[in-house]
Amino acid sequence: MAAALINVPKKAKRGDIIEIKTLMSHIMETGYRHMASGEIVPRDIITGFTCRYNGAEIFRADLYPAIAANPFISFFTTATESGKFEFEWIGDNGFSETASATITVE
Amino acid sequence: MRLASAIVAMLLMAGAISATEIPQGERRSGYSFMTPETQAMQDDDTSNPGMLWVLDGEALWKRKVGSANKACADCHADGSMKGVAAHYPAYDKTLGRPVNLEQRINLCKANHQQASPLPYESRDLLALAAFVARQSKGDAIETPADPQLEPFIAKGRELFMQRQGQLNLGCANCHDDNWDKRLAGSAITQAHPTGYPLYRLEWQSLGSLQRRLRACITGIRAQAYDFGSPELVELELYLKSRARGMPMEAPAVRP
Amino acid sequence: MHRPPPTTRRQFLGFASGALMVTLRPAEATPAMQSSAIRQVVGEAVVRAGKVKLDIPPLVENGNTVPMTVVVDNPMTPDNHVKSIHVFNEKNPQPNVGNFYLGPNAGRAQVATRIRLADSQKITAIAKLSDGSFWSASVDIIVTLAACTEEVI
Repeated sequence: MAAALINVPKKAKRGDIIEIKTLMSHIMETGYRHMASGEIVPRDIITGFTCRYNGAEIFRADLYPAIAANPFISFFTTATESGKFEFEWIGDNGFSETASATITVE
Repeated sequence: MRLASAIVAMLLMAGAISATEIPQGERRSGYSFMTPETQAMQDDDTSNPGMLWVLDGEALWKRKVGSANKACADCHADGSMKGVAAHYPAYDKTLGRPVNLEQRINLCKANHQQASPLPYESRDLLALAAFVARQSKGDAIETPADPQLEPFIAKGRELFMQRQGQLNLGCANCHDDNWDKRLAGSAITQAHPTGYPLYRLEWQSLGSLQRRLRACITGIRAQAYDFGSPELVELELYLKSRARGMPMEAPAVRP
Repeated sequence: MHRPPPTTRRQFLGFASGALMVTLRPAEATPAMQSSAIRQVVGEAVVRAGKVKLDIPPLVENGNTVPMTVVVDNPMTPDNHVKSIHVFNEKNPQPNVGNFYLGPNAGRAQVATRIRLADSQKITAIAKLSDGSFWSASVDIIVTLAACTEEVI
């Protein structure tokens, strides 16, 4: 099942500032909702997101229940060399997902 | 208090439901009633959460299931679903009544894949419907010119017009007579189903037109019809016919 | 737990609403919780207003999903860059919204995401620069409930 939608330009010129957009499928259950019986629906959120560019971390985020379901995160980086972006999401209940995208930098 | 007095004002207009559809030139998609930020969420495929379901649907489309061990893709060539969702609900000869897209998918599953039907509003059924509906993006909505559909469209119009529930409101009271006004903080749209299945911010999930209709009917304090009931299909059919000519935009994003 | 039976109307209402509280939303975050969450990031340093632009629609379409962009007007060079951006709220059950950590190669100190807002409130974004200074911006947002409630499917 597709879990993530990634938007990274396929090509860029060296030195270009590029925008990276990510969308991950996740309910982001806050832990503050109640069932009709009165019981709390337990928290189940993504807590961390990391992006590596050819192995080096270029962006990291801590997520809290205030981040909406199906978290969308966009950020920028400078295109320095051709290679691979690796994305990782971790969260409650052992949640762990990865995705990647390649870029050609001329 | 403002909400109550707005409703009282509408009730006082008892009997003043207009019997005419919104003229073609004045038809506006729910998209046009949204803020630019929400419109931007829909416009960009990589930021539209509904696309997560479309991607899931694409994977399911290719998966062999059922005792026939067939995938949808085995019978339906690439691109063959273009325009289909824009023409649904459509008449089913065997059943002798109209079926909507989700029901058609389940009928195919049962008849051709020999697989069990997917529950209404399940993730898989929504994903497949989203994938198929997406293939109609930009296509004009057109109810099939099948004379056998006419009595059902008429029934749907009746359901749209009838006053019901504790507030004695009909769909037309808001969506034909008072669109572009506001109900509490929300814009009243013309209620055209151009974007279904869609990602509703209120649900934080993708959902079907039937889910939205049930929510509306509950909202006016009437008893909602069950998923898959003939009334909901007739309403869907009438709404599509009332939106004739408008382009499909599934999967849309709505507040 | 034994409590003397409520005698005054005020006491009775307090007791009754206390019992009701179990099924309602938990207590909102207080401005004090937000201050303390900010202290955890900033320590004793001074936070100056400026450099940060917090882009959120002033009247949200739906509090469940509110698009938010934070931009910091600062170079992004190895010697002078934005290290992190921290977003806080004052009325959700918890004061933190998200923390975003950038590197000197980010090119632009801009982050966008979608957040949840439980009520009309002020959102604050604080940027930490490589020189240890902190800059902030705040925006007041109005959040209305959806016109019609619906039951869970």
